[in-house]
Amino acid sequence: MTSLQDRAALVAAVAAQYTEQVDRDGRFPTEALRAMKEHRLLSAFIPKEFGGEGAALADIADVVSILSQSCGSTGMVYAMHQIKTSSLVTHGGASAWHRAFMERICDEQLLLGSATTEGGGIGGNLRNSICAVERKGERFSLEKVGALISYGIQSDAILITARSGPDAPPSDQVMAVFTKDQYTLEQTMKWDALGMRGTCSDGFTFRGEGDAAQIFPNDFGDIAAKSMLPICHILWSAVWYGVAYAAFARAQNFVRAEARRTPNVVPPGALRVAEAANMLQLMKSNTTAAIHRFEKAEQGGEDLGSVGFIVAMNNVKIGASRMACDVINHAMLITGINGYRNDTPYSVGRHMRDAMSAPIMISNDRIFGNMSNLLLMHRIEPSLVA
Amino acid sequence: MDRIRQIIDKHGRLPAKAETLRPQQDLYAAGLTSFAAVQLMLALEEAFDIEFPERMLNRRSFSTIEQIAACINELSPKALAS
Ligand SMILES: Cc1cc2nc3c(=O)[nH]c(=O)nc-3n(C[C@H](O)[C@H](O)[C@H](O)COP(=O)(O)OP(=O)(O)OC[C@H]3O[C@@H](n4cnc5c(N)ncnc54)[C@H](O)[C@@H]3O)c2cc1C
Repeated sequence: MTSLQDRAALVAAVAAQYTEQVDRDGRFPTEALRAMKEHRLLSAFIPKEFGGEGAALADIADVVSILSQSCGSTGMVYAMHQIKTSSLVTHGGASAWHRAFMERICDEQLLLGSATTEGGGIGGNLRNSICAVERKGERFSLEKVGALISYGIQSDAILITARSGPDAPPSDQVMAVFTKDQYTLEQTMKWDALGMRGTCSDGFTFRGEGDAAQIFPNDFGDIAAKSMLPICHILWSAVWYGVAYAAFARAQNFVRAEARRTPNVVPPGALRVAEAANMLQLMKSNTTAAIHRFEKAEQGGEDLGSVGFIVAMNNVKIGASRMACDVINHAMLITGINGYRNDTPYSVGRHMRDAMSAPIMISNDRIFGNMSNLLLMHRIEPSLVA
Repeated sequence: MDRIRQIIDKHGRLPAKAETLRPQQDLYAAGLTSFAAVQLMLALEEAFDIEFPERMLNRRSFSTIEQIAACINELSPKALAS
């Protein structure tokens, strides 16, 4: 089989063909998903023993970035699928149901969706739920109101959070897998948003029923700390890097074309290109440093549940989301009217609208709020290299 | 242990009284949020005149009353006796 990156490039080429249409019509990138399945990208993260490729997080992040350079929505869909997959890989090995489900993902190239957000004031407060699983013998049921589920309709299965039982406090949560045949989605909101329009992040009331074995054996607090929070922030950052890179590349092409037309004169936008290249490098180091830190921690080098690690992983998201908007803002200033228009080779409007979702996708202020509390205890490591 | 329970009652924001919690019972499952966990750490530092080092700043250290007592004991062997 050709390398993961080579196959990602083939899928990215398909995504690029439809990205403008996907954005304009706010429709799901169906063609890109078909190509992902054809090239078996959906199972890349799953260990070989279950039929996947056992790809490293760095390679998955690279694929996310490659896809996002062509189409932000496609990249985000792939990233969210892999964030869900990572919870299965990290925590599902202990349960026969989850092991068998990983095999199904590989065989059938299933797409996984996520339902953490909830109505009733919970919003993006990941570590709290109102809804609760109700167990009845070997079975259980769940209803979640106000769930915002990207590609909910297109998902083949949904991983959803809830309280562990009707009497549990809001922070005592579990996560469960439901396959498409086990739930109904009653649409309560249509996704018509500024950007990331192809993610089709509609609002739903989710109602599902399944075997109790589909609930992850360990509590969601553990899942959030060990796989979801770090991998989510790393792969989201990879999306935003890809989107920012694509806008940067257009701005650089614009300045190069100008430089060719008027030799011996440095075009006015060149300085901003240099400045944007600097920010792009910071974005890249931010994300790759987080990947290395996570991989080291996973091998036992650092406690994934430590306050220091949580602070670092939150900072990755905040840094990448802010910088993506800055880079693209530069690209817009460089390309001027050509960038502002939607019909030139230098258009960066879609990139800007897509990237503006970054600071609000789990609000940066919410994350800063959580971190300001943690920093009452945690002291930032003084060493540059440790 | 009683002093720890008092501090949990004051800062842990749990739905149940701390005296009903067993020493090994999971405080997170009992409703401890990460916000309240930090507030609890700060209150314990103040009450026992200790400072939790980085290696103790994790979920595990504050997951049960027994764990909290073990941390305090390690940092200040006399603190809990008095
Ligand atoms: C493209 C996209 C795709 C998504 N896909 C999914 C999905 O598949 N599944 C899913 O479950 N969810 C999804 N979400 C929803 C996401 O997880 C969050 O629920 C959503 O972004 C709202 O975040 P929020 O509640 O943090 O902020 P908001 O509800 O936007 O908060 C409103 C305002 O309140 C402020 N605020 C909120 N909380 C605090 C706080 N604690 N401290 C200080 N200020 C605060 C913020 O500044 C913000 O301006 C998606 C969101 C986006 C943008």
